[in-house]
Amino acid sequence: MSEHVIPVRTYYAVFAALLAFTGITVAVAFLDLGPLSTVVALSIAVLKATLVLLYFMHLRYSSKLTWIFVGTGIFWFLILIAFLFADVASRGWIPPAEGWNVPR
Amino acid sequence: MSEVPSPLAHHFDDLTQQKEATTLGMWTFLVTEILFFGGLFAGYAQYRTLYPQAFAAASHHLDIVLGTINTAVLIASSLTMVMGVRAAQLGRRKQIVIFLLLTIVLGLVFLGIKAVEYTHKYHEGLIPGPGFALQGEERMQVRFFAFYFLMTGMHALHMVVGVVIVGMIAFFAWRGRYSPEYYGPVDVTGLYWHFVDIVWIFLFPLLYLLGRH
Repeated sequence: MSEHVIPVRTYYAVFAALLAFTGITVAVAFLDLGPLSTVVALSIAVLKATLVLLYFMHLRYSSKLTWIFVGTGIFWFLILIAFLFADVASRGWIPPAEGWNVPR
Repeated sequence: MSEVPSPLAHHFDDLTQQKEATTLGMWTFLVTEILFFGGLFAGYAQYRTLYPQAFAAASHHLDIVLGTINTAVLIASSLTMVMGVRAAQLGRRKQIVIFLLLTIVLGLVFLGIKAVEYTHKYHEGLIPGPGFALQGEERMQVRFFAFYFLMTGMHALHMVVGVVIVGMIAFFAWRGRYSPEYYGPVDVTGLYWHFVDIVWIFLFPLLYLLGRH
């Protein structure tokens, strides 16, 4: 339960961290990291989202049941992404049938 | 508690159980929201994989300064929201109202900046449709703008709903409806607001920062 009253200090620290990470992600975007750019940008976004979840949304102090609910949502989203990329990545592995119009 | 009706609904044993159910109910809704926005993110991911150059080129049409300012505004609004929830936990009525009003102001600033961006895009002819300005090879970029307007539009719609709900909660708080024993509605409104913030945390790098170098 979120009966736990979190000190104002913690909220300010999380706020400062979120702003700092925003600055970092903008700065890094101007560097040429090739395909790593997306990985870095998404890692920073995941980090920021985790801070919001744990502290602003009090997940750190919430019941196990709440964790299960949140985890379920994220897990199902990952299934969606995983199966989507399995499809996109495997296209063209099998030659299409004669006269079949295949999207790229 | 003689004049004021108890906030405890009859189908709950006590306020703690009621609060737990309220929180879990909001999380359940947010899980469906993860999958709602998840569908949009998945579509974006697939099209970006298929048309990487067009997406990177189209991203340059977005205003990175306005995007960054808006990210900061939204993070600040999450701070004021959480301070409002904290004030509710401590039963500080006036503080709840002030922090919730600040949250509304920041939310409106975000929407205002978004409106300015949309207006620019309209004048540049970057709205997907018959008048789309980019032709020839560049026309491929229409796919990026379709996702841009769909995703930021759905996000903005959630912001509008959020502003209205926070306004209602601020009104009820001003009327003295909440106490340290009963502040579930303030808490779950916060959860919703922060979720919408998280969506933007992902939208910002994917739309604005792509292919900047």
